[in-house]
Amino acid sequence: MILAALIMNTQGKPRITKFYDHVSVERQQEILRVVYSVLSSRSGNLCSFVEADDIFGPDTKLVYKHFATLYFVFVIDSAESELGILDLIQVFVETLDRCFKNVCELDIVYNFGKVHTILDEIVMGGQVVETSSAEVMKAVQDIWKLERVGELNPANIRGIGHYKNSRS
Amino acid sequence: MESWANVIMKKAFKHGSQNTIDQLKTIGRELSMGTQGNWLSSKEYLDLVKAIGEAKSKAEEESIVMAEIEHLKKRIMEPDVPRKKMKEYIIRLVYVEMLGHDASFGYIYAVKMTHDDNLLCKRSGYLATTLFLNEDHDLIILIVNTIQKDLKSDNYLVVCAALTAVCKLINEETIPAVLPQVVDLLGHPKEQVRKKAVMALHRFQQRSPSSMSHLLTKFRQILCDKDPSVMSAALCALFDLVSADVKGFKNLTASFVSILKQVAEHRLPRAYDYHRTPAPFIQIKLLKILALLGAGDKHASENMYSVLMDVIKRNEPGKGDPGSNITNAILYECICTITAIMANSKLLGLAAEITSRFLKSDSHNYKYMGIDALGRVIEINPDFAEEHQLSVIDCLEDQDDTLKRKTLDLLYKMTKSSNVEVIVDRMISYMRTLSDAHNKTEIATRIIELTERFAPSNQWFIQTMNQVFELAGDLVPVKVAHDLMRLLSKGAGEDDEEADSLLRSSAVESYLQLLAEPKLPSILLQVACWVLGEYGTVDGTHSADDIIGKLCDVAEAHPGDNVVKGYAITAITKICAFEIGAGREVELIPECRSFVDDLLASHSTDLQQRAYELQVFFGLGADLVRKVLPVNGSGEEIEFDRELPFLQEFVDSALANGARPYLDENERLGVDSGMSSFVSSSRSHHEPSHGLRFEAYETPTAAIPSGSAAAPSSLLPDFEESVTELTRSVRNQTDSSQVDLLGPEVARLRLDGVQRKWGRTSGSSQPSLAPTPASEQQRRDSGVSEGASSNKESSPAELWDGDGAEPRHEIYSSSFEGKKVEREIPAEKQRLAASLFGGSSVQKGSSGGVKGGVKASKAAGNVRPGEKGVPPRPAAGSGKKKNWSAAEPKQASSSLMDLVDMSGDDSLPVHDAKASYDPFKELEGLLGVPSTAASSTSVGLGKSTMDFMSLYDSAPVVSQSASSLAGDSDVLSLSHRRSGGMDGANGVEGGLIDLNILPSLSPLAGLGELAQSSSSLSPSTGVSDKKGPSRQHSLQKDAASRQVGVTPTGANPALFQDLFG
Repeated sequence: MILAALIMNTQGKPRITKFYDHVSVERQQEILRVVYSVLSSRSGNLCSFVEADDIFGPDTKLVYKHFATLYFVFVIDSAESELGILDLIQVFVETLDRCFKNVCELDIVYNFGKVHTILDEIVMGGQVVETSSAEVMKAVQDIWKLERVGELNPANIRGIGHYKNSRS
Repeated sequence: MESWANVIMKKAFKHGSQNTIDQLKTIGRELSMGTQGNWLSSKEYLDLVKAIGEAKSKAEEESIVMAEIEHLKKRIMEPDVPRKKMKEYIIRLVYVEMLGHDASFGYIYAVKMTHDDNLLCKRSGYLATTLFLNEDHDLIILIVNTIQKDLKSDNYLVVCAALTAVCKLINEETIPAVLPQVVDLLGHPKEQVRKKAVMALHRFQQRSPSSMSHLLTKFRQILCDKDPSVMSAALCALFDLVSADVKGFKNLTASFVSILKQVAEHRLPRAYDYHRTPAPFIQIKLLKILALLGAGDKHASENMYSVLMDVIKRNEPGKGDPGSNITNAILYECICTITAIMANSKLLGLAAEITSRFLKSDSHNYKYMGIDALGRVIEINPDFAEEHQLSVIDCLEDQDDTLKRKTLDLLYKMTKSSNVEVIVDRMISYMRTLSDAHNKTEIATRIIELTERFAPSNQWFIQTMNQVFELAGDLVPVKVAHDLMRLLSKGAGEDDEEADSLLRSSAVESYLQLLAEPKLPSILLQVACWVLGEYGTVDGTHSADDIIGKLCDVAEAHPGDNVVKGYAITAITKICAFEIGAGREVELIPECRSFVDDLLASHSTDLQQRAYELQVFFGLGADLVRKVLPVNGSGEEIEFDRELPFLQEFVDSALANGARPYLDENERLGVDSGMSSFVSSSRSHHEPSHGLRFEAYETPTAAIPSGSAAAPSSLLPDFEESVTELTRSVRNQTDSSQVDLLGPEVARLRLDGVQRKWGRTSGSSQPSLAPTPASEQQRRDSGVSEGASSNKESSPAELWDGDGAEPRHEIYSSSFEGKKVEREIPAEKQRLAASLFGGSSVQKGSSGGVKGGVKASKAAGNVRPGEKGVPPRPAAGSGKKKNWSAAEPKQASSSLMDLVDMSGDDSLPVHDAKASYDPFKELEGLLGVPSTAASSTSVGLGKSTMDFMSLYDSAPVVSQSASSLAGDSDVLSLSHRRSGGMDGANGVEGGLIDLNILPSLSPLAGLGELAQSSSSLSPSTGVSDKKGPSRQHSLQKDAASRQVGVTPTGANPALFQDLFG
């Protein structure tokens, strides 16, 4: 299971935090601090996994990737595949990149809600629900289309839910 | 401008390079200024984010956020906030809370927003509530209704939003409220909805399996969903279900296999490809499930062989190609599955190959997976590790902490008696680098476990433990210290007075040295005090005053630590007693005098008691003191027979005189109800009776089971004594409770130590001894360890000694020196490899026959480990044997015996006899002798105890009842001494008797080097002589563990045929 998905910048500021089991606000901050101190102490070409049993309990790992000014961190237990999660992060970032056209940190900060929407399409309740960047894009665009239409004319919203969607 | 920024950012994303960060920051900011209109309509929010981003200090950021909170509070509560504004406020609240500030005032608005008809607002509301609330929050009740409604919505986006919220917000109580709707959604026309419904059901299953039990078949049905993405969602749930109950899902094995087959064969639509690999995430999940289903099930495993082969073949990269991350993820998962199920040799061979590739990879990620995979593979074939020893050592020395830890995990798994020293040494040096308590505790626990299981010698055990105490200090459980003390007092059970005294003095020296250091953890001080008290003055190097002075210093330096003080005063008492017993006049030094005076007035009754007991000794005669506290009186076996058979006669006569037969406490008290059951429970637990006691004291059940009417007249003397007796029995209960708690455990541990250390001695395990000596031979051949062992080859006995721990030590330590002087890595690594894996990395092709031959000479040399005078075995002889056995490399087992015969060594029969000797009998013999001795001593002690007690209580002893009373006090003293043995600190409480706890046949050799570096670890020859047999056993044990894979070449595809052929 995925216990948490975190995005933080290289200064340790959280950008997106999502815990799939409830964690109190204070504990969240503590976790972010510890995770940041662990990640920032690791130099470039070390491996992307950090055992995190002292932060999240036994059998947990941080799987992270460092993109430009951001760390993408997934906290997983032994039921997930480490290398698989690395690719999941790749999918996530690819999707963000498609959505925001050359995504950078500020996109994520300013489009807080959208990033959450994307993440929700990929991971749900701690399980990986979709791994195809294209599929995620489709779903997300549905919602955003709604947003745009909704802003222009709220009456049209009802039509959008019946958007035909099929794979392949 | 913008496109330039994009180029740079893209570059940064591709390479993750850090040098563009600063550029990115500024560019990004300008960029945002230019394009913000497209992104989010609120200038306020942008300003907030910008201000926080530019805050110079934490305090400044804090004040910005606080202002924002105030602002939001005010605005959000205004009536008639437009929807769009409200949505923005909520998002800002989420942002504020993410930064660690309390936004609870706004939760209710988020909840309210979920009720909104506008889908956008609804989504934002759901997002905020899932982030704000936990499933037990009070506000949840306000959402359930909305969720119910939304799940029935005909807009699939609404349904999806509700399903996402359900995963986070529904708890056990509210599951029934939404469950029917969610189950209905499994039939929804949209695959996205079905997929999410499955996920939600899975979440319910995790939360509350009981409310889902009737739906388990649903998950099976979903597996057949026409849309693969829904099927893959079901796999997540099924993985959890299968791991909870493997048996119930065995019948799905074939389905999973066929799904995996179809996926691997690329039958799914291209849309499921990821980097041209067909649905890798589905494959990984399926492999994980198969691993669960195939574990320990031959039939199920066989069904998987072909599909696993296929998956590996399809994902195996070409030569020289590292393969993509995702194919390697699948391959790694294949290794996990293969090692979990009952795989055939071909698959295991493939798993080994992939593992090799991972280990040899440049990527740290693959190395990490490789180390993990290696750990799995060597559980099946231990020899496989040898092939990769250099890679493993590389990982161990890597700067990457994760990799290092993983490698230590691996080493922990493959520790055996032959490499325990090197591995534990590595762990200790890693522990030195740690600062956090969690990891330290974990690694300390592992070190302790390994040392207890594999320690090659007692002195090494003691040294290692001392290091652990020093580094981990109070993170180590106290029991470990007690075990160490017991080991010190017990020793190997061999009597060599000279060696013993040598050991003792070196132990004392080392602890004296250690005490000079400023900061020591309490637990180490306790051990040090105990050792000084027990052996400080025994060899005469140090005067009693010296030791006492040291002990006083220790106590003084730790004024807050009562346990250490207790140990110190007890140690002082012992030393004084030894002095008095030896007939010398004892005058406490002033320093000590004041220390004792302090304790006499201490708030701790325990310390007080100890101090008073010390004082009592000064009034006693030398003879008595000698009996109470004999020098070297520790470590003797004390047999505790709860049946008290020696009282049988007395009981019989009492019964004959008309006494009532003894009733069990429970039977006796079970007649009454309520209070008595409480009493019985409290008594059966031997609770320290500081609470109220409800029954009278007149039945001293422990000693006089009959509790008869005939006894009292003789058994209970006058009132005063009975009072003393009472306090005594009270205290005894405390003590015996300790015995109860610690006794069995302690006994078990000690036996474990002996048994494991000496291993199994069976003829069948001998052949497989081959690898170790062979590697020894290899090492010698390759000239790595010339200095260490060449001069030892002169005599068989020494040769044998040389095969044990010492040479490895020397090699190892020399490797350390080499490291300091120059970075001569390859040679050093090889040495380390040799000591870790027991073989040279360069030559792994040596035949089993050589091993057999060398083994033979070893075995013969090993026959009389103690005998140095045996004429050296001609080198030609062993050479000849080598050749001979090389002819039949595969028959190491049979050839070994023949070889030994051929060598014509007259000591052979002895060896045979020894080999077939039952280790347990040996063990019994070891234990038996001291225990009988102990029981006779204890009777004697019991009597002297009586004398002593009479002095102490200044009350006459009724001698007529000597037999029973002696028995009684015997029991008392037994429990005293027991508890004393377990816990020196508490022992004294029970009375003076237990000051003579803990016999001493202890082999403290090597303690002298305690605080020194590992280079000085090799112990004195006198000791190693004695250790001969145990080393033999440990080697044989090692051999037993290697038995599984005698075939020397790891790359051979027929590698596993021995096992599975």
